[in-house]
Amino acid sequence: MNVTLAIKRFNPETDSEPRIQNYTVEVQPTDRILDALINITQNQDGTLGYRRSCAHGVCGSDAMRINGKEKLACKTLFQDLVDQNPETGNAAAAPATIEIEPLRHMAVQKDLMVDQGPFFAKFRAVKPYFVPAAATPERGEYIQSPEERELFDEATKCINCAACYSACPILDKNPDFIGPQAIVNAARFIFDSRDAGLEPRLDVLDTKDGVWPCESHFECTRVCPRDIKITKLINFTKREIKKYRAARGEETAEQK
Amino acid sequence: MILVQEFDAIIVGAGGAGLYAALEASTTARTAVVSKLYPQRSHTGAAQGGIGAALGNVEEDSPEWHAFDTVKGGDYLVDQQAARILAEDAVRAVYDLENRGLPFSRLPDGKIAQRRFGGHTHHFGEGPVHRSCYAADRTGHMILQTLYQQCVKNDVQFFDEYQVVDLLLEGTTVRGVVLFELKTGELHVFRAKAVLFATGGTGRMFKITSNAISNTGDGPAILARAGIPMEDMEFYQFHPTGILGMGILITEGVRGEGGILKNSKGEHFMETYAPTMLDLAPRDMVSRAIMTEVLAGRGIRGDRKIDDYVWLDASHLGRDVVEQKIPDIADFCRTYLGVDPAEKPMPVQPTAHYAMGGIPTDVDGRVDTGKVVYEGLYAAGEAACVSVHGANRLGTNSLVDLIVYGRRAGRHIAEYVKNASSPAAGEADADRAREQLQRLRNRKGGRHVGPIMERMQEVMMEKVGVYREQKEMEAAAADVRKLREEFQEVAVQDHGAGFNSEVLQIMELENLLDLSLITAESAANRTESRGAHSRKDFPERDDETWLRHTMATLKGDQVVIDYKPVDVSIWEPKPRTY
Ligand SMILES: Cc1cc2nc3c(=O)[nH]c(=O)nc-3n(C[C@H](O)[C@H](O)[C@H](O)COP(=O)(O)OP(=O)(O)OC[C@H]3O[C@@H](n4cnc5c(N)ncnc54)[C@H](O)[C@@H]3O)c2cc1C
Ligand code: SF4
Ligand code: FES
Repeated sequence: MNVTLAIKRFNPETDSEPRIQNYTVEVQPTDRILDALINITQNQDGTLGYRRSCAHGVCGSDAMRINGKEKLACKTLFQDLVDQNPETGNAAAAPATIEIEPLRHMAVQKDLMVDQGPFFAKFRAVKPYFVPAAATPERGEYIQSPEERELFDEATKCINCAACYSACPILDKNPDFIGPQAIVNAARFIFDSRDAGLEPRLDVLDTKDGVWPCESHFECTRVCPRDIKITKLINFTKREIKKYRAARGEETAEQK
Repeated sequence: MILVQEFDAIIVGAGGAGLYAALEASTTARTAVVSKLYPQRSHTGAAQGGIGAALGNVEEDSPEWHAFDTVKGGDYLVDQQAARILAEDAVRAVYDLENRGLPFSRLPDGKIAQRRFGGHTHHFGEGPVHRSCYAADRTGHMILQTLYQQCVKNDVQFFDEYQVVDLLLEGTTVRGVVLFELKTGELHVFRAKAVLFATGGTGRMFKITSNAISNTGDGPAILARAGIPMEDMEFYQFHPTGILGMGILITEGVRGEGGILKNSKGEHFMETYAPTMLDLAPRDMVSRAIMTEVLAGRGIRGDRKIDDYVWLDASHLGRDVVEQKIPDIADFCRTYLGVDPAEKPMPVQPTAHYAMGGIPTDVDGRVDTGKVVYEGLYAAGEAACVSVHGANRLGTNSLVDLIVYGRRAGRHIAEYVKNASSPAAGEADADRAREQLQRLRNRKGGRHVGPIMERMQEVMMEKVGVYREQKEMEAAAADVRKLREEFQEVAVQDHGAGFNSEVLQIMELENLLDLSLITAESAANRTESRGAHSRKDFPERDDETWLRHTMATLKGDQVVIDYKPVDVSIWEPKPRTY
């Protein structure tokens, strides 16, 4: 079937503002959006810019807005977007148009490529690495029960694709909010029985731009391609901070 | 503006091998990690099934059995002392990763969980053993994330989205590298006493592959063009279970958990091919078994074409096992096939997966051709050939290789740079790369990369695939030569400076073409069947003539072949049955 990709393009070297360019490509219903983008750059127009690598949803390179929603281009098939004749499996008569735009809340570098620098800086700020609670075992592993392991399983799945960061409505009004992904990656350690947990990360999380700006809009959870229940993790983290402060008779940054 | 910078050590590549080497080297040496991808996007993150180590958490196991399995799995083309180091050090490596926070799945007693994997046995082949340490089916993701987190913690210096395009040598001593910066389109010269190449796999030579689009063999190709021979390139692994038509991997862990392969008649055909190990025989054997079934008309379509397929059935394992042990596989199947593996079998076919061959190194990662050791030049990970995988790698042994040999290379570099003198390198060293770029940019009209890339991938898949024969491999080499000529007519359409990924893709295609030629020629030259190199016209292994490594040097459009002995100092080669 033929589809039209309406791609929002912008090259700061030559354009004063973004423009929409239409490309027509022949695709199978089971093709990925990424297949069509590759087809365009390799056979039609080598100037189109986007990032990609693994092509099956594990590296986090190709999050973009597809028909207004954050998705991985390699994990979205045309049949998920295009109405088909249920009997023949063919696209409905008129060629479908699919709108493709770069992620939000990050500056566009070129076309679908955005500057992830600030996004990663917020990630690094939460100390997204193991801070052991106890001395390293002399030989062998830290012991951790399957139940303890399960507590933080979801947070380990993050591929840093920034889909949540783009979808978050809080970042519209407060660009300094550390954002869903940074909190997910803090939660990854906070709820790990082997890690020192909350304390080393409080100075970032329990601040006015830390966890508190989140208003539970659930947009992040809706778009996460790894099905991480992000909003739930943020709320668990808030609860952990409240518990910690209450136990010490202190106020959280939210209460201050 | 050209930037000339100086370091003690440069690590090219930020996958498992590069990151581990960087952690070691950066403790004392001024180290830069350069990577064409953001480190967390590296393909190590795609590894699924596990990392092998004889921890013995589930049942009795020993590093000696692991080493033996590695040697036998590699059809005795493995350098045996290197395999011994791999298996012995694997245990420490896995504990080290865990101690750095890696979230392995756990056993009820709180220890690291282990599962069965192809070719891994107890008591030198008596039966399968639980050796693969795993984190569900995202072990590689956890390794990559943990190592990157450790680099953040230790303030390792990264240059993200810098693609190395040339190597600087003075005779056989390294001087540095030339890099293309994606953001600005500038070429830079980084000078260093030591350079490690850890650029990962080459799977994009083939049409159906489990490898990332960026797995284009840049390191091996750049070194090959610098006149360094590549070792054992004919040994390319086809993993038996890729998702039909797409090549996306379905881990052997599915069979480790009890999944079985079936043909169109519903027969559990591995019973015929490997009576003891069944579906957990090594990959080369399982891929051949699938192809044999397909060619006999027992594939699911039954048309005997090489792209026919078989079923991988996990539906009898129950929903709990599927959701707990292979959640990502279940997700891939639902997304790309509309199939729920807890209910229905998965359509699978062999997929190009892993390069056993690559840049020849010694056990400290130094580039060593058997005749010359290059001073200050190192390689590790899939780009390197130590050789611990011989003619066929066992599952879970690549991740071990990254950690064990990445670490050894990093340590050696840290020592080496203490006494090495600073090399000379300056702006003029970027000239060769700049001229190449200019030629690309000045060409008017010109070809798109697409058709050349597609043709190369088809030729390699059809003619240098699971089963091979002389005529076909020679035809493949001839086709690739023609494509290399056509490549000279490729032109850049994007004349912008910043974020010009087109230029980089064109250079990646050149790398793949060079490696395809070396692979096809190395394969045509080896007139025996061993491990993943399986010939219809020479079906037997021939130790008399061929118990030796291929060393293939690229000279223009010719490939000159020489050899290097195999270390067989522990186990005598035997026929390989499972
Ligand atoms: C789907 C899949 C599943 C697998 N599962 C397992 C498993 O369960 N167990 C196992 O043991 N093995 C497994 N393997 C194999 C194993 O994952 C890989 O062999 C291994 O991860 C490769 O690691 P690496 O560090 O060598 O390279 P990679 O992780 O691929 O990293 C390469 C790095 O080099 C950089 N780079 C490349 N070219 C350049 C250049 N020109 N300039 C600058 N930087 C460059 C890239 O940016 C990247 O950072 C699997 C492989 C695949 C594809
Ligand atoms: S939490 Fe989900 S959406 Fe956000 S960066 Fe991680 S994987 Fe992407
Ligand atoms: S290309 Fe890796 S997530 Fe899409």
